[in-house]
Amino acid sequence: MGDAVHPRPAVISRADLPALVDAIRAQGYALLGPTVRDGTIQLGELGALEDLPIGWGDEQSPGSYRLHRRGHARLFGWAVGPGSWKQMLFPSRERMWSADRTDDGFVIRTDDTDAAQAARKVAFFGVRPCELAAIAVQDRVFVHGAVPDRSYSARRERALVVAVDCGEPSGTCFCVSMGTGPSTGPGYDLALTELDDERGHRFLARGGTDIGAQLVRGVPHRDADARDHAAADAVIASATARMGRQLDTTDLPALLERTLESPRWDDVAQRCLTCANCTLVCPTCFCSDWVEVADLSGDHVERWRRWASCFTLAFSTVHGGTVRASARSRYRQWLTHKLGTWWDQFGTSGCVGCGRCITWCPVGIDLTEEVRALRELDRPGAAP
Amino acid sequence: MTARRPTLAVWKFASCDGCQLSLLDCEDELLPLAGTVEIAHFLEASSAVVNGPYDLSLVEGSITVPSDIERISQVRAASRRLVTIGACATAGGIQALRNFADAPEMAAVVYARPDYVRTLSTSTPISAHVPVDLELRGCPVDKGQLLEVISAFLAERRPDIPSYSVCVECKQRGNVCVMVRDGVPCLGPVTHAGCGALCPAYARGCYGCFGPMDSANMPSLLATFRACGVGDDGIERMLHTYNAWAEPFRSALDDEVDSR
Repeated sequence: MGDAVHPRPAVISRADLPALVDAIRAQGYALLGPTVRDGTIQLGELGALEDLPIGWGDEQSPGSYRLHRRGHARLFGWAVGPGSWKQMLFPSRERMWSADRTDDGFVIRTDDTDAAQAARKVAFFGVRPCELAAIAVQDRVFVHGAVPDRSYSARRERALVVAVDCGEPSGTCFCVSMGTGPSTGPGYDLALTELDDERGHRFLARGGTDIGAQLVRGVPHRDADARDHAAADAVIASATARMGRQLDTTDLPALLERTLESPRWDDVAQRCLTCANCTLVCPTCFCSDWVEVADLSGDHVERWRRWASCFTLAFSTVHGGTVRASARSRYRQWLTHKLGTWWDQFGTSGCVGCGRCITWCPVGIDLTEEVRALRELDRPGAAP
Repeated sequence: MTARRPTLAVWKFASCDGCQLSLLDCEDELLPLAGTVEIAHFLEASSAVVNGPYDLSLVEGSITVPSDIERISQVRAASRRLVTIGACATAGGIQALRNFADAPEMAAVVYARPDYVRTLSTSTPISAHVPVDLELRGCPVDKGQLLEVISAFLAERRPDIPSYSVCVECKQRGNVCVMVRDGVPCLGPVTHAGCGALCPAYARGCYGCFGPMDSANMPSLLATFRACGVGDDGIERMLHTYNAWAEPFRSALDDEVDSR
């Protein structure tokens, strides 16, 4: 493939970074990225580079998130917030089609759907490595499945991905365990590492695609030298050493398969609210509910897709009742799918180690702790 | 052949009229509604009354006086479908706080001549007295849900009224969790969806206006409230509102204290 796709990494100074944003915009992309809103770092439309969470950091632990000022002006000195890129590619509510009654039947309209209206090029600016991995997991579901999802695929095709290595993991992060970070894996158009040391505030930039490489060439830059690479390696090594959580993935699907009757499921069921927060903040959970609504006259109907969760009773309700009535069965279903049977279904883990389900659980249930306990009870000779 | 429009009746028991007002508040949909159904009995809107039976009865309010018991039986007998609207009709309402106290004593405190008042010692939901086809939650009900019930009735389909937690609506709306971000106690994780996560959208904890969700885990949430610094009094105040008499809100505090 050669130089066009894998050019030498370049260094863009902080002062020149706005030029990168301008270059992205000049290609017709709307800029989406992280910004401080409602006391958290969320994803939304960025007006300018200054809308990024400059100088902000976060403290995260099971059931707790606090934003705070850091003593520096880094753009990416934080870990992921409650939102994920899932909401851009697979919105929480989406009109799939509508239909109107006519004199001799009905007509179906698809031109008024969100997918049709979202026919714009968007740049995902500031995608963290775990999130890039999560997008790849959802791609397997929505794009590479037997029946590709039209609206997801349409959005995905138009998305430019600018990833940023992670330098500040939170107390609930465990991407190292899941092999998804803190350095950026494949799938980006452009990847950045934020460097801020005695040689100045700058970004190591690597093009992953032609368009990413072209973007770098179009802005003031210099070739990266050995010291830049060493600085980037140090950022990754430091983040790797500061993971808030660890998950031992050794034979995890097999462990889960043989611990289906573990007393630990009863223990976690006592704490689990079955509120569904974990699944809704999860960047890979993909389940949806399809609902048809009609106006009072019955002449106009719409079919909507909205996020669903395996923690709700309705999720497993079939003719005659609910299959997973207990909290135990619902938590077990989620965890064994996410970490175990996801492999059978999609050939990957469903978990990328972002830690959202731990932080955003109102009662602070920590899946890494649950797996540790399941493993502990599974040891030969362990007390039941 | 012109089909007869289905008849709609709206009934009031012990209540504040807020849920009936939610129906009147359906401004854009009121004319289409009046064109689709015959509003046969709705005293809040019109004194013109058409005799029953009625195809769909919406019942607001709880049963608090002896005459209510007879009247709700008549309403039931005259209705093909009976839907309760709001926390009073579905759970007994705020007036069910009397159920936790001594009703005659309360009457003596409130009224100059309590002997003029004929009241039951409890406020109970409609379903405690007659079969109910559907219970619509909320204090007040959500007008979108109310229209959904009527639309579903007209189309003879199951209404889309999810019984999961308010958390689902928070996430669908893009709200940030106030418990996680602020350490604010919020009843959302145990509360039935329907309001669209209104209070958390304004950085307030959920008050539980829609009553308990379908699988509410009270002990776990209350333990977390205590960790947020809420004591017995605070928890009692949070649970003793519009849906105080609905299980498991009703005995959550007792159960939790018992289990300690």
